[in-house]
Amino acid sequence: MPAELSRNGDGPPDAIPGDGVGIHLRGVGKRFGEIVALRGIDFEIPRHSRIGIVGPSGGGKSTLLHIVAGLMEPDTGEVNVEGATAAKDRLARCALMPQRDLLLPWRTALDNATIALENRGVSRSEARSRTRPLFTRFGLAMFEEVRPAQLSGGMRQRVSFLRTLVADKDVLLLDEPFGALDSITRAQMQEWLLRALGDVPRTVLLVTHDVEEALLLSKVVVVLSARPGRVVRVLTAGFPTESPRREIVTSPEFVALKEQALEAIG
Amino acid sequence: MSAGAPPQLSEEDLLVPAARPTLGKRLRSMSRKYASAIALIVAILVAWEVIVRAAHVPEYLLPSPTEILADLKTDWVILWPAMWVTLREVLIGFVIATVAGVGLAVLLHLYGPLRRAMYPILIGSQTIPIIVLAPILVILLGYGILPKLVIVALICFFPIVVNGLDGLRAVDDDFIRMMYTLDATRWGIFRRVEFPGALPSFFSGMRIAATFASIGAVFGEWSGSNAGLGYVMLAATPNLLTSRIFAAILILTVISLVLFGLVSLLERILVPWAPRRESA
Repeated sequence: MPAELSRNGDGPPDAIPGDGVGIHLRGVGKRFGEIVALRGIDFEIPRHSRIGIVGPSGGGKSTLLHIVAGLMEPDTGEVNVEGATAAKDRLARCALMPQRDLLLPWRTALDNATIALENRGVSRSEARSRTRPLFTRFGLAMFEEVRPAQLSGGMRQRVSFLRTLVADKDVLLLDEPFGALDSITRAQMQEWLLRALGDVPRTVLLVTHDVEEALLLSKVVVVLSARPGRVVRVLTAGFPTESPRREIVTSPEFVALKEQALEAIG
Repeated sequence: MSAGAPPQLSEEDLLVPAARPTLGKRLRSMSRKYASAIALIVAILVAWEVIVRAAHVPEYLLPSPTEILADLKTDWVILWPAMWVTLREVLIGFVIATVAGVGLAVLLHLYGPLRRAMYPILIGSQTIPIIVLAPILVILLGYGILPKLVIVALICFFPIVVNGLDGLRAVDDDFIRMMYTLDATRWGIFRRVEFPGALPSFFSGMRIAATFASIGAVFGEWSGSNAGLGYVMLAATPNLLTSRIFAAILILTVISLVLFGLVSLLERILVPWAPRRESA
């Protein structure tokens, strides 16, 4: 049964926007030698919805993203990303934002962000002029010609996210995007991310070990267990993105959901 | 959406590097950096001079530094043209080694089966002392510049290939994965990630090679030649012109240092983003 999203006690998630096949996982399992990373993962994400995946560190969350992205095949089960089942086709539909910023130190911020366009054969000058407006819009104006080494962690993460956005894929896979940042920068970046994601409808899969982050940034939160990773809980979040963050995180609903998620993780 | 005010940027968002130091400051910091090395060299030279003079060591056994300098002046007419011959062998041989070394490293990196077939042979080839090969190469290629170029290139080639290959393979898998999700082809990954990322490794191979190059040229000249610093040394030996041999060694050292400096300069220009080591 792939109808995992309606399995939780909060009733069927009714506020998921979008339509059509988003990401369907059926019985996905993966092992690395003796270690079983994932076991029987089922879930179904409608197109253009925003899903958070939380779970303890080392619970196979990154493996799950790599499988969805088409960077690796599961040992068991099926993966369907907007109709694509072959790894190569999934790769064409997904952009992955890695945990570390992975900016190329020899390229300037702008030239890092344009790399997906260059990979597709767009000329460098054309790629640059197409990407430049995004820098202005996302608070990176005047940082175009700065090398990563001279940027702070938060700024590097923004450039890294912008690079993922420029790839213009329908599915964005975010792997602990703010894991390496301090909590203040992290909060700023979460707000920034919400604004940036609001622009174009996309299917977003956000992996994090921070329950609060998952609840704030996604409509539905899938809770994975410790290794071997299994889906142990599905929670409907969908807090209004306009409300001030402090108001949300202190609301009884939020606190209750957080409690449920933490309890499910164990 | 775009109505959202751009996030405020703070001072900490941009870690501005310190302003470029003035020439005077840089010279002073350089002299501080090398002060101890210079002091040691001067101390050794002074000790050398004092011991040779005090013990009355004959010049043909061990000339003092001042005797070597004096010889450098009187034998300049011999040493100057010889230097150009050797310099030419060193530079051309080094360029050949760099082109071939970078080319082979790239080829072996991109074609796994070729790498697996050739890497052991490459390592094995290094166990053959080049000095043994030198006379054979002279028999094969004659007394001209060709065998010298081959020997210089053979000696310089290996550190460039091995360092370069290691650099190309050391690229983090996460970068490769990231590039694949951004629609990169194998060639795109090589061009945009692996090769630029391996440049510092290629340069460290080239720096090692730069110090070997003049040794290769001298080996080549010893095996059969009628010109060059190696030939001058060989001709000076039976005549016990020890000062001249030392003068030739001094010039060879300068050639190596200049080549090393050129490689470092090129690296500074081509790899400005690389973290600088404290000293070369």
